[in-house]
Amino acid sequence: MGRPMQVSRYWRHFKEKYRLIGGKCKNCGHVHFPKRPVCPECGGKDIEDFQFSGKGKVVSWTIVRNPPSGYEYYKPYPIALVELEEGPVVLAQLTDVDPEEIDFGMEVEMVTRKVREFEEDGIILYGYKFRPPIK
Amino acid sequence: MRKPVIIGVGLTPVGEHWRLGLRDLAAEALLNAMEDAGVDKVDSLYVGNMASGSFIEQENLGALIADWAGLGNIPAVKVEAACASGGAAVQEGVKAVMTGLEDVVAVVGVEKMTDVWPSDATRYLAYAADAEWELFHGVSFVALNALIMRRYMKEYGYTEEDLALFAVNAHANGAKNPYAMFKKRIKVESVMKSPYVADPLKLFDASPIADGAAAVIITTEEKAKEFVDNAKMVEVAGMGRAIDTINLANREDLLILKAAKVAAERAYKMAGISVNDIDFFEVHDAFTIMAALSLESIGVAERGKGAMLAKEGQIAVDGNYPIQTLGGLKARGHPVGATGVYQTVEAVWQLRGEAPNQVANAEIGLTQNIGGTGSNITVNILRRV
Repeated sequence: MGRPMQVSRYWRHFKEKYRLIGGKCKNCGHVHFPKRPVCPECGGKDIEDFQFSGKGKVVSWTIVRNPPSGYEYYKPYPIALVELEEGPVVLAQLTDVDPEEIDFGMEVEMVTRKVREFEEDGIILYGYKFRPPIK
Repeated sequence: MRKPVIIGVGLTPVGEHWRLGLRDLAAEALLNAMEDAGVDKVDSLYVGNMASGSFIEQENLGALIADWAGLGNIPAVKVEAACASGGAAVQEGVKAVMTGLEDVVAVVGVEKMTDVWPSDATRYLAYAADAEWELFHGVSFVALNALIMRRYMKEYGYTEEDLALFAVNAHANGAKNPYAMFKKRIKVESVMKSPYVADPLKLFDASPIADGAAAVIITTEEKAKEFVDNAKMVEVAGMGRAIDTINLANREDLLILKAAKVAAERAYKMAGISVNDIDFFEVHDAFTIMAALSLESIGVAERGKGAMLAKEGQIAVDGNYPIQTLGGLKARGHPVGATGVYQTVEAVWQLRGEAPNQVANAEIGLTQNIGGTGSNITVNILRRV
């Protein structure tokens, strides 16, 4: 169930998912993630790529104990809303962290990790996760 | 515009209907509603359903259900707005009657959820979120609500016990509803002892996966007199619907259901009422946190005070702001695409004065149905004729 047969479905988002590239409105300068066709701030339609630093803070978090099918292997795993230092909020898994240590405002940085595997002949999905910064 | 009134309601009990498929449930509710209204044919059918394609590999529900219920060659379509599909279907039926295009309209909300494994159900429900930017990361719908719940507790200083009061109230009311999935009272401790599904959200903060169908028959005030007495008529006095960002992370403010606010304001304006005129509120408590946020967003409580209403005992049937008068999603059950129509049926019972858990002298009721994490919300105002 839910098995993706189309590599293109995931490949088309490689800039966002591997590198955290979003959008910046050329009219008002508003930055957002993911990149949209219309600026959510001013309605401008001239949007350029914008590279986020990958640094942010935890706004809220949870531990997924009953995942959707396809993610059972990884359970339980923490998921957070991370506010990037440039402003936008993104949802992602936290990694390399003791769940007990997660807190409001905890500093995190983006890393590219494996998000999901399918059957032996299936594709492997990679994407951003966040972890406490390596000191 | 013509005045739309509901003249008949029908439903199945909510639960795990192992012997009944989607078409059986829908036809039963529909035929019950037609019998209640005293009509033997309808001009059209609107089906509220969220995810039949995922749950039972069946789309084209308009044809499936109208055919199975013997309604003939009428127009029949499915209306989808995630968990708000039922509320949206009622609105589409009302619009058809108001504009004069159709005279007698049937609306049925139906969902068959228990034919799949729970983890698959969890996946299909998450299709109401953003597939690329939320589900991709392994988030469940419960987890998205848990993110909001944790932030709400932090922002306003509430505890898990405080939010559990919404579940306790829902069960107290559901215990009196013969159609409810859980007819059993619970205590705060029962909620606290239930396991975490996505911390801090526990099993008893969440509404159950269930099967069920509910239906209403809508016509004009003029035409209604041909079928029923005034006592049976309930006017759909106002309605509103609005969307918000599908991706929770893209919201300006996590703790306001902007779509509910916009939809409620439209509905109040159309009905010519203010929130103070409303006698009871069937809000969308898919999770306890959503009950709190809903009360704030539709103007019953100020920001951050929704859970306070539960603490003060104001949400009980004899309180100032009765909610979930027949169990809500938590105790009646949440067959997702059917829920908005169940709410409508329950509001009709209250306004006819025939509810098994009656709000005294109810004149005006509100139903609020949420799709996604607040990304698609309907608000309907029903009034005694």
